[in-house]
Amino acid sequence: MSKIVFQKPKALTDAPFHYCAGCTHGIVHRLVAEVLDEIGQMGKTVGIASVGCSVFSYNYFDCDMVQSPHGRAPAVATGVKRAHPDNIVFTYQGDGDLAAIGTAETVHAAARGENITIIFINNAIYGMTGGQMAPTTLPGQVSATSPYGRDVHLQGNPIRICEMLATLDGTAYAERVAVDCVKNVNAAKRAIRKAFQTQINKEGFSIVEVLSSCPTYWGKTPDKALEWLRSDMIPYYPLGVYKDKTAQEDK
Amino acid sequence: MAKVLMKGNEAIAEAAIRSGCRHYFGYPITPQTEVAEYMAKKMPKVDGLCLQAESEIAAINMVLGAAASGVRAMTSSSSPGISLKSEGISYLAGSDVPCLILNVQRGGPGLGGIQPAQSDYYQATKANGHGDLHLLVFAPSSVQEMASLTGKAFAIGDKYRMPAMILADGALGQMMEPVDFSEIDNTVAAEKDWAACGHGDKRKRNIVNSLYIQPEVLEELVVERFKKYSIVEENEVLYEEYMTEDADIVLVSYGIASRICKSAVAAARAKGIKAGLLRPITLWPYPKKALNKLADTAKQFLVVELNMGQMVDDVKVSIECKKPVSFFGRTGGMLPDPADVLAQIEKLAK
Repeated sequence: MSKIVFQKPKALTDAPFHYCAGCTHGIVHRLVAEVLDEIGQMGKTVGIASVGCSVFSYNYFDCDMVQSPHGRAPAVATGVKRAHPDNIVFTYQGDGDLAAIGTAETVHAAARGENITIIFINNAIYGMTGGQMAPTTLPGQVSATSPYGRDVHLQGNPIRICEMLATLDGTAYAERVAVDCVKNVNAAKRAIRKAFQTQINKEGFSIVEVLSSCPTYWGKTPDKALEWLRSDMIPYYPLGVYKDKTAQEDK
Repeated sequence: MAKVLMKGNEAIAEAAIRSGCRHYFGYPITPQTEVAEYMAKKMPKVDGLCLQAESEIAAINMVLGAAASGVRAMTSSSSPGISLKSEGISYLAGSDVPCLILNVQRGGPGLGGIQPAQSDYYQATKANGHGDLHLLVFAPSSVQEMASLTGKAFAIGDKYRMPAMILADGALGQMMEPVDFSEIDNTVAAEKDWAACGHGDKRKRNIVNSLYIQPEVLEELVVERFKKYSIVEENEVLYEEYMTEDADIVLVSYGIASRICKSAVAAARAKGIKAGLLRPITLWPYPKKALNKLADTAKQFLVVELNMGQMVDDVKVSIECKKPVSFFGRTGGMLPDPADVLAQIEKLAK
């Protein structure tokens, strides 16, 4: 008799992902779905899709979904959550969406202690529009709109979102993770679970920043892209828990 | 029920609560701030929510989230703030999500001024966001109508799954008049089985969305939405006619300007001039048929607005240019006197 050892999470639909080969969005979708399966409340979950490569995430998560304008997902999530405080509400946003056009919505949702969970994909590039400079693009990094490398004197500095949001009283949980290796993928899942649990416990705003790769617009093979994530991104964006109100309360 | 003396802005807020709205998202801007202040006081007492957003943009997107999840939600602002809301309004229309947006207009463009104006007519009726879309647009002319049209806007918006706008102005927002709330339409919408509020493992998931990447699919959806719009145009037009039966000169005016026109028409009649007034109450859908019918009997039309003549073309199109249309207006926050309008009528009567 055969035994199932691996299967698609129930929280994912059968729609095939549209992501490029080697892109780590698929891993993060799966981690979110596994956590949602474990929580077991898909009937009460509402996801907010954003604008960027993950724009079609409403096709993949098997819960009610609202498609938000670019950057506004935290405000849309606020509306859903305030109308249905017992629902589980999450957004899935990229770096252009969350850290450029949606900075105000992000910061103020955190400041209000909005009881929502944000899954934030930081791949240091605008993927959907074709590899332009993102607010998280590293100094010196080449992109379609920083063809000579990001010059911080001309184009400004990257934003470290978790560090910034951790300063706000309304942020209950903020952790940066990466999905470059099995160990980190497992840690990323634990962080995502913790973020949702923070919301279920009604402790306030929770965010998990996931350092992800974009082989297509980084111009690298999938494995070289993960190497670059480790060698260049992680030193600039250190992994770790930046805010954990639960831990602070335990002390 | 006894009448209550109230500011227009407060009357709208009270009417919204009585119509079942429990979710208000706002941002301060003159001359509509009393709406937010009234909501802040009253919503907690009815287990409702008044949330001050970080921007007009955030406020309209909170409305999008709340309304997409099935509740009656509203926001209010004034002209510059409505420009910021345009993005969200387009998404609401493109996702077929009903809600209420109040514009207490002030002078523009730019930061403009804070005195009453009607210079957002084009924006409200023609360009309230990108894409092929319409909003329901109601133009009250009294504090009583501020209240009664609020209930109606929610009810009709729910019926057709359309965002509705109340296009008021600083004068209506700030002035006090007696209001009777007993007639407020508080028709509760049929169950919103399209809303994203959690499928409860009982139905297929709902997706509230305006993205359709395949052009043939998007075209079909827009065409379907325009079929709905034509049903709205057939059934939901509101207007008032005043002394139009035998009128030679028909004034066309809405909102606070129409009140001034009414006085001018009465004064013209006292002088033996056959003047009348058609007051559109819905600016979209527009009372095209009523105007066209009047073009058979009237000799000419005079459009009076607090702008530079933004409604003139709608009147010309409605009457198929069968009769001459002239315009009189003040802008920038200035209000004409009934005598100014009367002088225009007398000039046309010569």
